[in-house]
Amino acid sequence: MERKVRSHPTQNESLLFEISSPGKKGYQLPDLDVPPLDMAAALGESNVRREIEGFPEVSEVEVIRHFTRLSTWNYAIDLGVYPLGSCTMKYNPRVNELVARLDGLAWAHPYQPESLSQGAMEVMAHLERALLEITGMDAVTLQPAAGAHGELTGILLVRALLEKRGNPRRRIIIPDSAHGTNPATAAIAGYQVQNLRSNELGGIDLEGLARAVDEDVAAMMVTNPNTLGVFENDIAKAAGILHAKGALMYMDGANMNALVGIARPGDFGIDVMHLNLHKTFSTPHGGGGPGGGPVAVKAPLEALLPLPRLKRIGDEWAWDYDRPESIGRVRAFYGNFGVLVRALAYTLAHGGNGLRNATVDAVLNAVYLRKKLEAHYELPYSSPNMHEVVFSDDRQAKHGVRTGDIAKRLIDYGFHPYTVSFPLIVHGALMIEPTETESKQELDLLADALIAIAAEVESDPEMVKSAPHSTRTSRVDEVTAARRPKVRF
Amino acid sequence: MYPENYRYTKEHEWVMVEGETGTVGITDHAQDALGDIVYVDLPKVGTRVEMGKSLGSVESVKAVSDIYAPVSGEVTEINELLATAPEKLNEDPHGAAWLVKIRLSDPAEAAGLLSAADYEAYVGEESSQ
Amino acid sequence: MRYLPKSDSERQAMLAACGLASPEELFSHLPPETRLKRPLDLAAGISEYSIVDYFRARAAECANGYPSFLGAGVYSHYRPVVVDTVVSRGEFLTSYTPYQAEIAQGTLTAIFEFQTMICQLTGMEAANASMYDGSTATPEAAMMAVRITGRNRILAARTVHPEYREVLRTYAKHQGLPVEEFGYDPATGQIDLEDLERRISDQTAAVLVQSPNFFGVIDNWRAAADLAHRKGALLVFLFTEAVSLGILEPPAGADIVAGELQSFAISPSYGGPFAGIIAAKEKYLRQMPGRLVGQTTDSRGHRAFCLTLATREQHIRREKATSNICTNQALIALMATVFMSLYGKQGLRELAEQNAAKAHYLAGRLKRRFSAPFFNEFVAETGSRRPADINQALLERKIVGGLPLERYYPELAGCMLLCATEMSKRSDMDRLAEVF
Repeated sequence: MERKVRSHPTQNESLLFEISSPGKKGYQLPDLDVPPLDMAAALGESNVRREIEGFPEVSEVEVIRHFTRLSTWNYAIDLGVYPLGSCTMKYNPRVNELVARLDGLAWAHPYQPESLSQGAMEVMAHLERALLEITGMDAVTLQPAAGAHGELTGILLVRALLEKRGNPRRRIIIPDSAHGTNPATAAIAGYQVQNLRSNELGGIDLEGLARAVDEDVAAMMVTNPNTLGVFENDIAKAAGILHAKGALMYMDGANMNALVGIARPGDFGIDVMHLNLHKTFSTPHGGGGPGGGPVAVKAPLEALLPLPRLKRIGDEWAWDYDRPESIGRVRAFYGNFGVLVRALAYTLAHGGNGLRNATVDAVLNAVYLRKKLEAHYELPYSSPNMHEVVFSDDRQAKHGVRTGDIAKRLIDYGFHPYTVSFPLIVHGALMIEPTETESKQELDLLADALIAIAAEVESDPEMVKSAPHSTRTSRVDEVTAARRPKVRF
Repeated sequence: MYPENYRYTKEHEWVMVEGETGTVGITDHAQDALGDIVYVDLPKVGTRVEMGKSLGSVESVKAVSDIYAPVSGEVTEINELLATAPEKLNEDPHGAAWLVKIRLSDPAEAAGLLSAADYEAYVGEESSQ
Repeated sequence: MRYLPKSDSERQAMLAACGLASPEELFSHLPPETRLKRPLDLAAGISEYSIVDYFRARAAECANGYPSFLGAGVYSHYRPVVVDTVVSRGEFLTSYTPYQAEIAQGTLTAIFEFQTMICQLTGMEAANASMYDGSTATPEAAMMAVRITGRNRILAARTVHPEYREVLRTYAKHQGLPVEEFGYDPATGQIDLEDLERRISDQTAAVLVQSPNFFGVIDNWRAAADLAHRKGALLVFLFTEAVSLGILEPPAGADIVAGELQSFAISPSYGGPFAGIIAAKEKYLRQMPGRLVGQTTDSRGHRAFCLTLATREQHIRREKATSNICTNQALIALMATVFMSLYGKQGLRELAEQNAAKAHYLAGRLKRRFSAPFFNEFVAETGSRRPADINQALLERKIVGGLPLERYYPELAGCMLLCATEMSKRSDMDRLAEVF
């Protein structure tokens, strides 16, 4: 364990409300250069609040220390591999942060004149072109704020197209290996969910699909590579089955990091898809957002995309609001522009060949980990994997140790856990996605840690079950948190 | 373990019939499989429920399970205790942690359910698989 | 490539360990018809210097250094330096959603503080960990009201941000939730209570009112709440200008509050990323969308935080989830948290007072369209000249003027929406007024 971690003290820190004291200040406003205003007279006596009860009063120094101390309690990509399967936790280039903060971009108001927004609009247009080339699709909207938001946009587009053709239909087929957002999205878009059992290889069951698809099926939502990290070899045939009945194929682009430069959804039958810019395109996850969820479509769906759309008029970009067939807005303004800037910076840094090289390394890293670990953990599906690999805890469960325990023990070794208990089709799943931005040394350390834990499971299962032992916070009582919710100070 | 005077479903609910009223709960086996129960979602008094259809749900930290009505009828009472102390469902599933009382629309319905012995055998079979 | 931490010899060693002769073999199992058989048609990768250069050029093609009087949901407020110092720390910037509580206490603690401060600001009892933005929080709040009341009709004021209403319509359309709008009083700019009373029924799930409303006017949400409650509907209070909560009475009489925190140190960034919020009465906690952080203890008895009530969410409840939201805006919410900590109880009030003072100074030099009290935005009449012409004249003086309202409110063709904040200089306001 010493190779990766040893203990070092962390500081305690109270909540802001506990360090607050009346009169402490972390701000100074400029002098008011207009006459002061009598608030009660101007705003109406009954409209003026007395005070913000309980709000903290702290100094600038304390604010810096407070949040810096809190930050030391977090794990982060900047500290090491973050092997969360399906999450693509890759390095977040810092130049992206710098360019997103350039005044002309960061201070651009969405309603400022188009003539004074050309640079921002060109950034968006440039990213659109790159994403179309990468996906092989015909048109893309950058408006959705995150992956799940993109899914909703995509399914609304499906519905709108089918409505235009006369019948929106009622069902969406979703494989049992899918992300939970897929059925949640289908339901919010007004569809019934029909689950499709995966075949014995964990992939799309073509016969089952053929039986399930009829004129009442609007679309299938598929993830490719699927959540086992396995490329769906029958993806084009599956799309064919859907298309023959007038249904569409939606692709969840969560795993696009396995495909960039290698295969394009537009070339294997996909009609609509979303991308996660905070996964494939390196924008920081920030502890849970912001993200970006562009939706790319084939030509028949272009007219339906959310408004407004970028339009070239002469030498200038303009916003086109005259889109009578559009599904409408899914978000105010134009999308998470700051995230789009970062995604474009990433794309420019790699360039075409570089993006492909990144994909190669992402897959190589996952295959390498699989090779190192397959003697120690059960591999429930033996198909070749792409960017992630899914083991099960079958062998460890015999000692009473489950995937969640192994995950917690990994923390003691200085790593963030893999994705636990997903996909649902694998009992006790360990879903590992290293991404391309890990060195051989870091991967070897991770593999060694998992191998050491597999041995500990046999020699001292109780110790593993009570991990982590070295963190400042030990296992957290989630049961009491849920039984008696306390969500504010 | 399983009271003789209750009737059971393969979805792990029980019902105790007294005249026109059925008291409904989930079995000890169910609470054990769910783990620490953190929340119980019950229907409003007056709701009509149908045998085999969902009447509510129980939640652990990371799972939600539907509760299926073992009998049909109208909900006349819900167990308020569970709103503040869901852990009672782990502690006393066959007693204090009953879920709802139902005015039975067909008192004969319950006769078709499993007896305590049959249920115990069913659970034994299920867990040995 | 600088983002790929491997030498060629290491790559070769790894391939050899996997029994592969070349990287191409990693993909040999893919059906040929699915493969891209040519290089991506994208330019070759460029240096960091070139990237900065490219974006500097794009930034130079936008408004730089223009005083701006645009508001309308996106406000120019000063961003304290400390905000970016904090959010640039890799431990916040490059961490994932805090599922593993033992090594995510930093993010979890900050979110708990965020939730608390949002409650204090809004007068609500519980707030979630953030939504994408105000516009998407709006339909999420309406859908929440639908779940709570078991009714399906939504009434939205026309004085709610027009783009928020568009997003609401997009979401509602496919869920069978009829959205109806009610008008405003053409004299005051506040909601038309009689129109609301005519339209509200015992089928109404929620009444949506924004304050300050899109015209900057402090709206009569209390009267709307009374009407809604009398019919058994919920009052959803919306806001786009969070600084107003520093001085205005919190909407404690509402049932759900949804809004946008962009004003709290989040740069305008051409419309995003921002951070939305949803807060509500505690009894509605389980109907909330999005993530929630709760307080608990660890096995050694120390205070600790974790994500809680996850059974509401998509990854567990799947098609029965309260929302499909997954990623939210944690880092942006952290910006707002740092901002709120710096300004604190006194500072936020002073900031709000400065905003009101500046806007009232500017309004004093122009002709206001509406009579009701306003905060830091107001509708000005442009008299005999078109708003577009005034804006053009302002642009010639390197000033970005207000938002012409005709696109959203045809009846307000001769009007524009103007905003002043603590960053508006008196001299610029004077120059603007001269053009009118």
